[in-house]
Formats: sequence, C-alpha cells, structure tokens
Amino acid sequence: MCLAIPVQVSEILPDDMAKVSLDGVAKIVSTALVEDLHVGDYVVLHVGYALAKIDPEEAQRTLELLASAGAALQ
Amino acid sequence: MSVQQPIRRKLDVKNGRVDLSHGAGGRAMGQLIEDIFHAAFDNDWLRAGNDQSAFDVEAGRMVMTTDGYVVSPIFFPGGDIGSLAVHGTINDIAMAGARPLYLSASFIIEEGFPLADLKRIAASMGEASREAGVPIITGDTKVVERGKADGVFISTAGVGVAPPGLALSSDAARPGDFVVLSGTIGDHGVAVMSKRENLEFETQILSDSAALHGLVAAMVAAGGAGIRVMRDPTRGGLAATLNEFAHQSRVGFAIEEEAVPVRPEVAAACEFLGLDPLNVANEGKLVAILSPDVVEATLAAMKAHPLGAGAAVIGRVVEDPNFFVEMRTSFGGGRIVDWLSGEQLPRIC
Amino acid sequence: MKYVDEYRDGKLARGIAATIAREADPARLYHFMEFCGGHTHAISRYGLEDLLPENLRMIHGPGCPVCVLPIARLEMAIECAQRPNVTLCTYGDLMRVPGSRGSSLLKAKAAGADIRMIYSTLDAIRIAEKEPEREVVFFAIGFETTTPPTALAVRAAHKKSLANFSILCNHVLTPAAIQSILQSPEVRELGSVRIDGFIGPAHVSTVIGLQPYRFFAEEFEKPVVVAGFEPLDVMQAILMLVRQINEGRHEVENQYVRAVTEFGNERAQAEVAEVFELRESFEWRGLGQVPYGALRLRPAYQNYDAEKRFGLEAKPAEDNPACECGAILRGVKKPRDCKLFGTACTPDTPMGSCMVSPEGACSAHWTYGRFREATKAAPQRRSVA
Repeated sequence: MCLAIPVQVSEILPDDMAKVSLDGVAKIVSTALVEDLHVGDYVVLHVGYALAKIDPEEAQRTLELLASAGAALQ
Repeated sequence: MSVQQPIRRKLDVKNGRVDLSHGAGGRAMGQLIEDIFHAAFDNDWLRAGNDQSAFDVEAGRMVMTTDGYVVSPIFFPGGDIGSLAVHGTINDIAMAGARPLYLSASFIIEEGFPLADLKRIAASMGEASREAGVPIITGDTKVVERGKADGVFISTAGVGVAPPGLALSSDAARPGDFVVLSGTIGDHGVAVMSKRENLEFETQILSDSAALHGLVAAMVAAGGAGIRVMRDPTRGGLAATLNEFAHQSRVGFAIEEEAVPVRPEVAAACEFLGLDPLNVANEGKLVAILSPDVVEATLAAMKAHPLGAGAAVIGRVVEDPNFFVEMRTSFGGGRIVDWLSGEQLPRIC
Repeated sequence: MKYVDEYRDGKLARGIAATIAREADPARLYHFMEFCGGHTHAISRYGLEDLLPENLRMIHGPGCPVCVLPIARLEMAIECAQRPNVTLCTYGDLMRVPGSRGSSLLKAKAAGADIRMIYSTLDAIRIAEKEPEREVVFFAIGFETTTPPTALAVRAAHKKSLANFSILCNHVLTPAAIQSILQSPEVRELGSVRIDGFIGPAHVSTVIGLQPYRFFAEEFEKPVVVAGFEPLDVMQAILMLVRQINEGRHEVENQYVRAVTEFGNERAQAEVAEVFELRESFEWRGLGQVPYGALRLRPAYQNYDAEKRFGLEAKPAEDNPACECGAILRGVKKPRDCKLFGTACTPDTPMGSCMVSPEGACSAHWTYGRFREATKAAPQRRSVA
C-alpha cells in the first residue's frame, strides 16, 4: 500500500502538476506537496502525488555506506 | 423487360454504425459480411458464401482449439482485438507442435459499434491471417442490443495437424529438464494497461502479439521429441503457466530471477502499478520444457528466428512433492511464485 | 531504475548479511519489528530472512492499513456503495478484503454496485467532475503517507464546489499504533512478545519526519531505525539496530536519508492538519480501540464526510472466530498458528485481511515462509546438477 517509487521530473505543468518518468514510462502526477521542483529532480511518488524530493548526495552517501558494510568481510 | 435492380448503397463506413438489421439475416447482414469481412479476409472459401467450408484432412493427428477475445480497450499499442484473435488462436495450435491450417471467426457486435472500427479490426485480422499463412475460412455475425456486449467480442476456432511422433503434454516435464522462455515478459499486459482508464501512463511499449507457429516449427525441427511441452503464457502470465505445468507434471520448478528477461520499461510500469511481471499477460511468447539433450540445439534454433531472438534458459525442473515454483532471487533466497489470486485487470486478452 | 536497482544488489546484500552475522552477539536473541507493511513485503519478496542469523528474527507489525481496517468499516463502505446513485472509488488493495459472511467490494461490484478501482484521489475528483449526477465517495484508508493525497482531494472538492464528492475516512496514525503495541500486555507485562527495536516506516517518515519516534525510543528504551523500502535499505537498518543494541543505545536513527528529514514534509502535514482532526478513539482490527490513533474530517469540511452525508453507522461485525489476524497483527501469533492458514484461508479464498494484502503477514508467509519450511523439511529439493 505504501507503494512509493522514485521517479524523475521531466516536465513541470500548471496547477501543481508535473510529468514524471521512470525508465521511459511517464505519468502526470500532482506536485502540490513538494516545493521548488525542477526538471531533472527525483521525487518519491505515492498514489499520484510527489511526497518528497530525493537528495542525490544523501543517496550517494547511502550507497557508499552500503558498499562498505557489504565489503567489510575483506 | 428485366426487373429493375434496387440501388445498392455502399456501407457508410466512415460514419455508420452497426444496427440490429445487420444481424437479422437479411440483405443488410449480407452486405455487412461482404463489405467488411469478406473484403478483408478474401479467399475462395468465403467467396463461395456457404455457412460452412470444407477442406481435405491431412494424414496425421488433427488439432483443434477455440478461444474468446474480449480485450478492452479494443485498440491498443501494437495490435487490436482482431490481430490478437488471429495470433492467439494460431498460437494455441502451435503450442501442440502442430501446423495451423484454418481459422474460423465469429463476431458478436454491440448495436451502435462504429463501422469504421469494425473495418479496422477486419483489416487487421486479414493482414495477420495473410502474414501467418492461415486463412479464415468460415465465420458468423450476430448483433446484440446496446449494452449487451462491450463493443465487439470475437470467438475463434482453429484446426491444425501435428507431425507424427510428437506428443507434447503438460504432464511430461521431468526433474532435470530445462525451462526456456522465447523472450521478454509483460509487454502485452503493460501495453493494454497503459490505455486503461484511471491508469493512463505514457509508454513506448507495444503488445508482443504475434503468431508463433514459425518459431515452433524451427524448434520442432531442432528439438523434436525432446520438447516435453510448450505453452504461451497469456492470462495469468508466466507464473500461471509454470504452476499449471508443476501441478500437471507433479514436479517443482527452480527459476533464476536474473535470467527472466524483462524490458526496463515493462519493469518500470510494473513498479508504478505494484505488479509482478510474472503475472502479466503475453501474446507473442512461449515457454518450453526441454529435455537436457536438446536444449542447445533448440535454443540456437530459437535465437535464429526473429520471434525468438531474446530466448533464454530461465530455470530447471526439480523434484518437489509440494509442486512449488521457486524463484531464486539474486539475494540467494527463494520465494514461491504462485498463481495470481483474483483478477488484476479487466480483460486484456 | 535509478534509486531502485542500486539498492537491490544481491551481492552487497550477502555482504551486509555477513557483517550482521559477525556483529550479532551469539549469546543473545534479537527481535525486531518492522512496522510497515511495505517492509514486510520487501523482506518476503527478497527472501531477506534467509540471510539473517538464527538469533535474529523479524516480527511483522500492523503497519498495513488494509490489514487493520475493521470489518465494520469495510461493511460500511459496501453498504454505502449499494446506495442509489453512489459511485464508490477505492484503491485496488481493498477490493478482495473479506467482510462478514463472505462479502467484499468485489462481490458487491459483481452484484451491481458501482465500485471503481482508482490509482489516485486525483481520479476520484475527476470522476466527480465528469459525472455530476453521481454521488462519488472515496474510500479513504492509509497511514500518514496516504493521508495528504486525501486532504488535497477534499481541498480540491471544496475549491471546485463539488457537491457530489465525499470521503469515507479511515486514516490511521503510526505513532499511536506503535504505542499500542508497546503497551499491550504481551509486550509490556507478559513479555511473551519480545521486541528489541523497530524498523520505522519509509514513506510515512517522509511525511512525519523523525520527531514522532523519539518518544518511543526514550520512553520504552527501544531503538528505532527508519529504513528505505529497498532490500539493501532494510539490511542496513537491521545492521544499525544490531549495533544500537550491542552498544546499549536506544536512539532514533535515519537510514533513509535520501528521502527522510528530521521534520518531514511540513507542507503535507499542514494540509492534513487543515482538513483532519483526531478521533478520540477508533477500532483497529487486532489492536482493539486505539486512542487518538485515527482521523476524521474537521467541522469546516463536514460536507465531505460520507458518514454524515449518508447516515452511515458502523454495525458490530465479527471476524471469523478462527481467524487469527488480530493476534498476528500484534506479533503474538504467527500465520502458522492460525488453524485456517493454508486450508480454509488462502490467497484465493482469504478469510482475513492478513492474507489479502500482499503486505500482510499471512500473505508473506504463503509466498515465502511455506517455501522455507518445505526446504528445511526436504533439503534434497535441489535441481539436478
């Protein structure tokens, strides 16, 4: 139910809407809950609404932590 | 002095609609059948204008199938209810390893259905039939009142002949056999879903609807009796087909998740909707269970055929008193792949 | 898929699993509850429990809004859908949930009720606009992730003066549920259910932030790690919990830093606060009456309350007496403990909500747990070389 996926903003539309896409699949969704969006940003999408922006730096940091936690056996 | 002939008005294909007179058995119906169906399917059988068509029976085992097509929407990216009906029926015959010979098509049309759409469907069927080399030799037309049929329903039958010595059967899988898929899964279901109201999303995915008898012929030539069984995973997807095999052959399956080919767009659409590609319908793919000694040759024959270019081994048949279909994840764990419970989509086949 | 695939790397997962196994103290047991149904689903979908050491067990929590919806509220929706002119819009997950006496929204639809599955509240508003002669009722369920979309729909209806739109509100709150579990006799007094820490929900937390969990961490001295939905997120969160336990800490940590911030989505919170207020009490399946754990519309938005518009009342409705969903939701029993599991109750013939929802513990066990049992019982179930 809390099905939320990370999608990329490909077009900002009027009335707090936007076109977002994930690997070539595009949908028009509401951005009324997120501020300051730009084309190229990634957001978490849930039942047709963007809920939060994904912070690329934090995402990268997480990946690095995962890699080090996973490699610790060396 | 000869009797004057009534003016035969052409069907107003552009703006006209099917009405109850077109199903009444009179001249209007005859005109509809001729102008729409015979024009599109065009062959000697239909031109003879009989209620039935005759053909000589070949030596060998005859194979027969029947199918109903109720897909909604009627026109979807990569096909329509007509081409789907032709491909699907041909495929049912082909899955027995048989050569499809003839098709029949029966139409139940809702009053008010646009003639332009009917013509489009018929043209699509004619083209699919010609391309596959399998003629539609007999048919029927009925019209029902508005609201009693969702646009148009197509019911088909197909006959074919199986080569001698081939006895494909869903109870024939044995532990150690290989499971081979002819290409990516989920394409058809996603293409249809993308046009469904309340789900609309944009995608370039096309339905994979295709006639597979050419691919099957190539496989039979390479693998012969080493092919235990084949099936096209339509409704219910690959998950349903594998579970059917498991129960009918009384075996289990071990499938490698990473080996199952899925287009990135299809995977993404499934993410959007919370679906598993394993449960999504396919209309131009087949899954085959092969005995180990014919895998290499059969796989090579598949890959050499345009409809099997993406063929891959996806797993093995195993002994299992529970008849589980196990998906081995990239995490080294396993999960059971079950039939999908209940209806996920309203009519995609 | 960016931000998805990288967090599904099987090799990394096995590496993290090895680290967890190394750091988990063999002399003790670790019991972690993943609160959110989405995590339950990820754990079963990727077979994560297979990767965890024997002394580390996951307990499935009640964070599945479909699972905790009481039968009485579902029956209310079914009854509403059967009123003349009503078009009931619902998320797909609810269609097959069994009510009393074998009823369901799907069956009501088959019997003629106008029940439509939608992807978003945007669709419900669109239907109300396109079909002004219909009474469009949105069956609203969900935790804090799903509530802002409902709030916005109500606001939109208000702005557009949509007289034919209303909602049947069943929104529930995460902190109240966690509280209810931690204060349940099995956890607090009897100790029959041991919970050493929580994996906090991913997307609820994007909305509510980390603040609300601090109370639990301090009051009950249990660590909380908010985790993303992907399997690597869950693995990392488990590792972080193990470390907290080992180091004697009970803090709120954030693993899902790419989407969750300290204060969450304040705009979403404001929208919800504008439209909804707390119900003093609300019955949850399995947890009974939970104080201040659910929402209803504020007086200013009364017109959009379907309960008032249609005079709907929750009639007492009972679960099948043999159905153990309630106990399972509290972590007191496991799916295997339910007599109906696998026999009368299957995904095709669900008796209770835990089996219907793909996030429910019973559904997860059906897909994953049964297989583990079978493999343990018959280790020779391997393919030919």
